[in-house]
Amino acid sequence: MIKIFKARKILTMNPAQPVADHVAIRDGIILGAGNLEELAGWGDHEVDETFADKIIMPGFVEGHAHTMEGTLWRHVYCGFFDRMDPNGKIWPGIKNKEGVLARLKEAEQNLDNPDAPLPGWQLDPIYFDNVRITRHDLDQVSNTRPIGVLHASGHIMNVNSKALELGGLLKPGLNHPGIPLGSDGLPDGELRGPDVMTPVGIHVGFGADMLDCDERGLRDFGKLCVRAGVTTVTDLAARLQEDTVSMMLRITGEDRYPARVVPLRFFHGLTPKELVDHAESLLGQSTDRLRLGRIKIVSDGSIQGFTARMREPGYYNGAPNGLWYVAPDQMAEIYDLALERGLQVHTHTNGDEATQLAIETLDKALVNHPVRDHRFTLQHCQLADAAQLRRMATLGMCVNFFSNHTFYWGDEHYRLTVGPERADRMNACASALANEIPMAIHSDAPITPLGPLFTAWCAVNRITASGRVQGKHERISVDNALRTITLGAAYTLKLDGEIGSIEAGKRADFAILEADPTECDPMALKDIAVWGTVQAGRIFAASDI
Amino acid sequence: MDPAELTIPVTVIGGYLGAGKTTLINHLLRNADGRKLAILVNEFGELPIDEDLIEAESDDLISLAGGCICCSYGNDLVAALVKLADTKLKPDHVVIESSGVAIPSSIAGSVSILEGYSLDGVIVLVDAQNVLERASDTYLSDTILRQLTDSNIVLLNKADLVSGQQLTELKYWLADNAQGAHIIATSNSRVPLEVVLQSQSEHYISSFDTKPKHLEGFETKTIFPDRPLDLIQFGNELIEKNPDLVRVKGFAKNLSGEIKTIQIVGKYLNISDAPTSVSPGIVLIFQKNNTCL
Repeated sequence: MIKIFKARKILTMNPAQPVADHVAIRDGIILGAGNLEELAGWGDHEVDETFADKIIMPGFVEGHAHTMEGTLWRHVYCGFFDRMDPNGKIWPGIKNKEGVLARLKEAEQNLDNPDAPLPGWQLDPIYFDNVRITRHDLDQVSNTRPIGVLHASGHIMNVNSKALELGGLLKPGLNHPGIPLGSDGLPDGELRGPDVMTPVGIHVGFGADMLDCDERGLRDFGKLCVRAGVTTVTDLAARLQEDTVSMMLRITGEDRYPARVVPLRFFHGLTPKELVDHAESLLGQSTDRLRLGRIKIVSDGSIQGFTARMREPGYYNGAPNGLWYVAPDQMAEIYDLALERGLQVHTHTNGDEATQLAIETLDKALVNHPVRDHRFTLQHCQLADAAQLRRMATLGMCVNFFSNHTFYWGDEHYRLTVGPERADRMNACASALANEIPMAIHSDAPITPLGPLFTAWCAVNRITASGRVQGKHERISVDNALRTITLGAAYTLKLDGEIGSIEAGKRADFAILEADPTECDPMALKDIAVWGTVQAGRIFAASDI
Repeated sequence: MDPAELTIPVTVIGGYLGAGKTTLINHLLRNADGRKLAILVNEFGELPIDEDLIEAESDDLISLAGGCICCSYGNDLVAALVKLADTKLKPDHVVIESSGVAIPSSIAGSVSILEGYSLDGVIVLVDAQNVLERASDTYLSDTILRQLTDSNIVLLNKADLVSGQQLTELKYWLADNAQGAHIIATSNSRVPLEVVLQSQSEHYISSFDTKPKHLEGFETKTIFPDRPLDLIQFGNELIEKNPDLVRVKGFAKNLSGEIKTIQIVGKYLNISDAPTSVSPGIVLIFQKNNTCL
């Protein structure tokens, strides 16, 4: 059956016909966009006016997120900014320590089991003058059940005395840089770094395998996609064990699962050969809504955690250089093998030294395996300079910038991590476009909220949380930003032939918006309401999921 | 229960790719000699364990004859250690093979906070053929140098593949860059188990005191100090006066007359509470001719 959607306006991303008012679909595939008369030629059809006063765009593609966001929403939201949960409830941001404790207390009182842990997430004390939450503060919420609140960075956790006790850390004599002590010589409850978080985290509801989502988490993540207008989403670092893959196949295969999920096989814990073999073996299990067979490498840490690998002149505050999470020779071997087998690799590089290593490693690998359309993508790539971008263009690399960083941590980068000059060049969207590098921009949800229109707003305006414009010259136009969150991201996943624009033959994946992003004030881009999505022709209203 | 008897000693094995870490692990497994070793590796990879040694195998755990096990920890070493402590396996010693770019002191720090474990030492392997090149590599230099700084014992491996003069130069270079470590030249990662792993067992001393144990390239000596000692001064003097000293382990009275555990690995001295019912006795391991080829 052919259905023709009538819209106030359709932004197609097809240069031959950038704007239309009708789009025809059949069996989840687009027959074409145009006016009603043009489309009626396809034959018997039904005109659907559901979107008659809406704006239709290609479904948004989030090229760097983690499905664990769906799982985290079962914990208490403690973030500074308002954020919408999978059920559409907006949790107001909490502006001070007292507020955090009050919200935890409220959640505590709703727990039946007196021993159940109370996990919270997304705490970010930089927004309230770095006032730290100690175990004594959290003991006021409860001193009988374990409590742990994960920071927005994901690398720090504050816990109560009970949690420390269960983790074996409520004792004097600890000497570890990640465990600050109180005046009594006991840990004050802040745990810095995954190694010290883990022994306590497992007692407060943050399991060891946080990267792997579960069934409910994946479903909830799908709801968040609908609310954000996202129809294709990545799960950027998954271990993809057999039972996880079969669970993901089952859930995404359900009639009403609303998104196409692209999980990348995380490199850790496998030799390069095992990694490539595993990714390749998964390829055959792919379905339309679960796309397997891609590889993710993490080469360094984070800039705000001072674990990113930096070239000279290093960190602005003089912190020592960060850490490698992959050995250069291991990266080289993975690149070689992946190119040989035609598999795509996405590499996390935050610091510019990590970016340089990835560029040089690929340059060498391409000599042995001159693959023309490899689309190896640098994820984050936050500090790439002009010369690196030129070289990436030459090598045919793609980039996916962490544009949301400008808003959330831009002031920190300016003041503390890399200093004013390099803060201005971070997430260099305009330079990448000038070099014609295929580009995406991302949220890294749950690190920042899933929301391509917000991410586009960041790239267009480059405004920090304190309201400064940071790196004016790297701002991009609204048109470019909209292309980036659709066709741009699709290209980095080698899916641009199927999704990312509204054209004949592509999947009927649409973001349904209440207002026209090309007509609004660029500063209002982030405020455009999302009605919902159409995914492979199936309608998902945000108000009804 | 006495906490000092319950902790499992942990040895961290570090070093860049190709330095011989996996070869060393195999060597340890083949020469475990009744010790129940738990080997934690980043990935199983090329670990060539003889099929007939394998008793059971799952995704991340291989059980071997004789009670040794081998686990892969992927990206979460601490979780693997916590999990291991919760099992009934109760190994005699844990050996962690770190990734090629890991910073050993960071792993040692994590071990130090975990219930049930105590750090035995950090062994770093380097490949004699290319360590100088690695240490001046743009990307690797600081990582390699940090690994050396963190080490208690450096195995200058593949020493048979460089000339005598190169070996001498490398030893001088390592003496500058691994100042806390004792340096041992090896080939094929071959080194006596007792040099790499220190037993925590209270039977330790008795296993040595009957006759000096023969360890190829090393000699052992057992002393029985019965008078109270300033153990820190005593330990530091041992280190300063004996450039060939590799390890010390034993029990001695401090100035208050309490029996303490004294341990030296490379140039690192540690005094800690002793298990109950041990009597004074210290085993010293010296290297002969500073080579183990």
